[in-house]
Amino acid sequence: MTSAVSFQKVSRHFGSVRAVDTVDLDIVPGEFFAMLGPSGSGKTTCLRLIAGFEQPTAGSISIFGERAEGVPPYRRNVNTVFQDYALFPHLDVLDNVAYGLMVKGVGKPERRKAAEEALSLVRLPGYGARRPGQLSGGQRQRVALARALVNQPKVLLLDEPLGALDLKLRENMQEELKSLQKALGITFVFVTHDQGEALSMADRVAVFNDGKIMQVGTPEDIYQRPRTRFVADFVGSSNVLPPDFVQRYSGQHRWGSLRPESIRVGRAAKGDGVAARLVSANYLGATTRLALDADGLRLHAIVPAGSKLPREGEAVTLTFNREHLHLMDETA
Amino acid sequence: MTIAALNSNPAPAILPGSGGLRGALSDLLWRKPSLLLLLMLLPPILWLGIVYIGSLFALLLQSFFSIDEFSGLINREFTLKTYGDLLQAANLDIILRTVTMAALVTLASAVIAFPIAYYATRYARGRWKALFYLGVMLPLWSSYLVKIYAWKLILAKEGILTWLLAKLHLLWLLDAWLSLPIVGGNSLSVSYTGTFIVFVYVWLPFMILPVQAALERVPGNLVEASSDLGASPGQTFRNVLFPLALPGIVAGSIFTFSLTLGDYIIPQIIGTSRLFIGQAVYSQQGTAGNIPLAAAFTVVPIVIMGFYLWGAKRMGAFDAL
Repeated sequence: MTSAVSFQKVSRHFGSVRAVDTVDLDIVPGEFFAMLGPSGSGKTTCLRLIAGFEQPTAGSISIFGERAEGVPPYRRNVNTVFQDYALFPHLDVLDNVAYGLMVKGVGKPERRKAAEEALSLVRLPGYGARRPGQLSGGQRQRVALARALVNQPKVLLLDEPLGALDLKLRENMQEELKSLQKALGITFVFVTHDQGEALSMADRVAVFNDGKIMQVGTPEDIYQRPRTRFVADFVGSSNVLPPDFVQRYSGQHRWGSLRPESIRVGRAAKGDGVAARLVSANYLGATTRLALDADGLRLHAIVPAGSKLPREGEAVTLTFNREHLHLMDETA
Repeated sequence: MTIAALNSNPAPAILPGSGGLRGALSDLLWRKPSLLLLLMLLPPILWLGIVYIGSLFALLLQSFFSIDEFSGLINREFTLKTYGDLLQAANLDIILRTVTMAALVTLASAVIAFPIAYYATRYARGRWKALFYLGVMLPLWSSYLVKIYAWKLILAKEGILTWLLAKLHLLWLLDAWLSLPIVGGNSLSVSYTGTFIVFVYVWLPFMILPVQAALERVPGNLVEASSDLGASPGQTFRNVLFPLALPGIVAGSIFTFSLTLGDYIIPQIIGTSRLFIGQAVYSQQGTAGNIPLAAAFTVVPIVIMGFYLWGAKRMGAFDAL
C-alpha cells in the first residue's frame, strides 16, 4: 500500500539552522497522525513541507505515491487548517468556505451548496452571511476546518489548530475532530506541542526534537515505552532515572523511566524501597502531585486525592512494581 | 538587597498628593480625562473650523457672485451666472483635460507603486527596508521646483534622455511617440507625455506609502491560505491581495488624484500651453481679476473629489479599514 505521505531523508535548512534534519516518515492513508514536539523542533516545518510552502533542501517527499518536490501548494490536493485560521477578512463565511471551489471554477450555485453542507458538517449551519470578525475563536476554527474539508483533500494538515482555544472548548473540539476524522476517513496530520492532545486524538504519534524524529508509535507505545530520555520527559513528565539507579533494580546499566503514577509513597521503613524526603505537594483536584528527593535524585509521584499525605520534609519510602520500570535505549 | 528587605517598605499604601498647582492640575486631569481631551483638541478644532472650513465657505460664497464685465467689479448678489460661464466649451475643455490627466496619473502611480510596496512589505528587512523608506522619501525632501526644473532638463530636446536614446539608436522610438497626436509634440518637455511623467514622479511617494501600509496589515498567511486552497498566484492577487490593498490604493489615489487636479506649476513648466484647472484658477484670480470664476473653478475639484470618495465608499474601499 502506498503511504499517504512519505519522507525519505528529508532535510530543510535555513542558513545554518537545520529545521528538519534527515527525517524518514511514512503516514498511512486514513490515519490520524500527530507530530508532537516543543517549539522549534521542526514539526511545523514538516507540515509546511507537505503543504508545499517549503521545499526540502535534500531528500524526497511523495504524497500518495507522487513526487512532490517542486510542486507549488496550489497544485497539491492537500489542505491546511492554519494556527490562527487565516480566514479572509474581506469575505463572508460562505465565500471563505467556497473559496477553494471558486478558484477551481466551480459554478456559484454549486459551490454555495457545497459550502453550506461543509458548514453543517462543522455544526455552523446558517452562519454563511457573517464576517470572520463577528465569530468567536471556536467558530472561526470550525470555519477554517470547513474551508479545508470542502475541497475533499487527500490529506488534511492541522497546525496547532486548538492552541488558541480555552480548555473546555479545546476538549470538545478534540472529540469532534476525532469523530469527524473517523467518519470522513481522510488522513489527518496534526501538529501540536500538547502531549495530552496528541495522545488522546492520534492513531500514531511522531515525537520531534531538534529537527529529528525521536520516536514514532501508537500513543501507548510513546507513553509506556519511550525510547529516549527526551521522549520520556516530554511525554507526560515521566521520572527519568540514571543508569546507576536503574542497575540496582533491573541489573542493566541503562537509562530508565518510571511514570509518577507507578510510585507508591509509604512511611519510612527498612526494606528494599527507595528512601526519600517529601519536598512539596501540589493539589491538582483528582490527584496530588508530590515532589520527592531521593538522595539528590528528584522524583515525582502522583497519588489519588484524599490519600493521607506525609508532611513536607518528612522521610518516606518509595516502592514500585519492577515491571513498571521501563528501560530505554540509551545506556549513557 | 535581601529578600526580607523587599517586604519592609516604610511608605504608606496611599501616597500623599504632591501639592501645589501642578499637583492639583495633574489630579484634576486624571479624574476628568474628557477635560484633557478637550484641551488637546481645542486648538486643532479652532484651526480646522475657522481657518480651514471658514475659508472654504468664503470661497464657495464667492463662486455665487458675478463680475461686471465692463467695470471689472464684483457684483455681490447671489447668482448662478458664474457657473454658467464655467460650462462654456473652453472651460469644460480645461476640466476634462485636468480630470483625464489626474485619472491617468493615478492609474500609473498605482501600477508602479504596487510592486514596490509589495516588495517592501514582504521581502525587505532591516537595512533594505531603511533603504526603501529613504528611496521613497528622499525626493520629498528636496524642493518641488528644483525637481521639476531638473525634469525639464531631462526631457528637453537637447536633454539627457534624447542623448541616451540616440546612443542606444532608439531615437526613432521617441520620434514616433512625439509624432502621435495629443500625447506628442516638439519634445517631451512641451508635450502632455512630459507633464504626465513628471506628475507621476512627483506624486508617486504619496501612492507607495499608503499601499505599503495597507499591505503591511495583510497577514502573510492569507497568501499562503489562498495558495493552499488551490489559487494560482494571479488568482491570489485578484481575490486576496488586491481587495485587501484596495483601501491603501484608494487612500493613495485620493492624494495623487486631488494633487494633480489642483496643481498649477507642473503643467506651466512642463507641457503644452493649454491650461489645467490650477492654472485657470491662477490666471482668473490674478491677471483676469475674476475671483468668482476662479472660485467656481476651485469648486470643481472639490465636487469631483466628493463623488470620488462617495464612489470609493460604495465600492467598499473603506470596509477593511
